[in-house]
Amino acid sequence: MAQLQHKVIVGLEIHVQLCTKSKMFCGCAVEFGAEPNSRVCPVCLGMPGVLPVMNKQAYEYSVLTAMALDCRIPTFTKWDRKSYYYPDLPKNYQISQYDLPLGENGFIEIPLESGRTKRIGITRAHLEEDAGKNLHTAGNFSQVDLNRTGTPLLEIVTEPDMNSGAEVRALAVELQRMVRFLGVSEADMQKGHMRFEPNINLAILKDGVEYRTSIVEIKNLNSFRALERSVNHEEHRQLDEFLDTGKVMKMGSKTTRGWDDEREVTVLQREKEEAHDYRYFPEPDLMPVKLAPRWLDDIRSHMCELPLKRQMRYVEQYKLSDYDAGVLTAERSTADFFDEAVEAGGEPKRVCNILAQTGLRKANEKGCSIAQLGVQAIDVAKLAQEIETGRINASSAKTIFEEIVKLKANVFSRATVEDPLTVQRIAEQLNLIQKSDAGELEAIVDQIIAENPKAVEDVTSGGKKSKKAKGFLLGQVMQKTKGQANPKVVSEILAKKLG
Amino acid sequence: MAEKIDEAQVRKVAKLSRLELTDAEVGEFTGQLSAILGYVEKMNELDTENVEPLAHCLPISNVFRPDSVKESLGTEKALANAPQRDGDFFKVPKILDVGSGA
Ligand SMILES: [Zn+2]
Repeated sequence: MAQLQHKVIVGLEIHVQLCTKSKMFCGCAVEFGAEPNSRVCPVCLGMPGVLPVMNKQAYEYSVLTAMALDCRIPTFTKWDRKSYYYPDLPKNYQISQYDLPLGENGFIEIPLESGRTKRIGITRAHLEEDAGKNLHTAGNFSQVDLNRTGTPLLEIVTEPDMNSGAEVRALAVELQRMVRFLGVSEADMQKGHMRFEPNINLAILKDGVEYRTSIVEIKNLNSFRALERSVNHEEHRQLDEFLDTGKVMKMGSKTTRGWDDEREVTVLQREKEEAHDYRYFPEPDLMPVKLAPRWLDDIRSHMCELPLKRQMRYVEQYKLSDYDAGVLTAERSTADFFDEAVEAGGEPKRVCNILAQTGLRKANEKGCSIAQLGVQAIDVAKLAQEIETGRINASSAKTIFEEIVKLKANVFSRATVEDPLTVQRIAEQLNLIQKSDAGELEAIVDQIIAENPKAVEDVTSGGKKSKKAKGFLLGQVMQKTKGQANPKVVSEILAKKLG
Repeated sequence: MAEKIDEAQVRKVAKLSRLELTDAEVGEFTGQLSAILGYVEKMNELDTENVEPLAHCLPISNVFRPDSVKESLGTEKALANAPQRDGDFFKVPKILDVGSGA
């Protein structure tokens, strides 16, 4: 048996739809699900004699993202025409950036298992316009909807630095989190806001000789699941093919495959021979862009602490688990809410538990963010403090949190005056304040001891039954106090009395 | 004068541009395009040693518009000039290969 090792090598092209209100070069609305061909004008229909004008917001979003990806930002960029002969872009070219992209030579850190990270190079980032949608119906024609035509797309190209389907997925997820934190894209997969095209081949070491398989590009993947699975599938397929045929990479022998989601296989796609003859040339209808230092500074002022950095800070600074820190930084609004509650004096781990266990579940139920539940960050800080001092327990904190959500929902429009005592008031109303007064609890413990001589005997005689009997007595006290006794104080009293 | 472009190149460019040319036209355009390229080649006689490449012939940059929505044409107007329509869609010959999609 021959000695064989292999490594999959993956680079990724990602198209991110920017969340501008209007299109890249005209004022038509960017709107998902509008009636077909209703958001079009002479510019995006490619009528003769029209002139495109750049959307400033789209340009600034793109530069901000390139900055977040640590790209070099050239101070001079221009536009190019890329030949394109399909009806979903009727002017027969796509406006893009060819030799002067707005960002290049950057990198992104992606989180891998157990807090490890890996740096993936970013080759370039450039802005372009999206095509419309071709709908393939039965019969000998296609339907075309041009509503999406001209939507600003940021294309990001990575170096071939990823070596597994899981790494490719991690990059995609990290990028989604990043553009959402930056507020430049909704990055909603269901709406096609992020589309992926991995380039995959293998380095195979056989009997001490290294071989490379031909690069395969998988087109138009629009879910993390399809992305990861298609890379995994392609890895195995290429290895099998190499073992069967011994075929290795030839220059320019890149092929294109599609992903069959149902059968979970990649399928060879026929492309016209000249499909990649793009014949770029400078776009004469658009002026170049010069980024003056002041404008760059202005764009940079919109930079935020990026999600992975924030996640790592939570682990470092607050000793949260990597998992919890990941949950809190999945969405910026959650992370901001967490920071606010901590700043208001909540102990970070307790705040994290309240948000992760109650807040996010409630937000999920309601289909909103934590911040939109109506609970103030100060309320959560207060809940954390009350748990800390033992005045309430964790399960009461959950009840109070849910009660505030309910109250805020009921008095939705009237709840303008914030009540700083909300938490305390609800805790009292619902009898959730723990009894921690030793004197008061001692009387109850004495009563329980008197009522349960058998259990007391089990405790005092030690042995196997002792622990269980102690638990039983504690339970009796809790029952008697309707769960309001502070279990810690009760345990101390029991220990003192029964030794 | 030597031909700057041959018939095979003209046929290729025509194919890329989805143009169907007769043999006579291929001959005619080969001559015309060669003449144009020859004329443009005159430029090479200029000394451009210390001249920056030009991105645009106008000395203007940064022409932007704010991100605000303007009224679109609406489906009926948009489809008014379509050779064929199918409901609210443009109707085109079936797209067979996979090159579409930006
Ligand atoms: Zn338009």
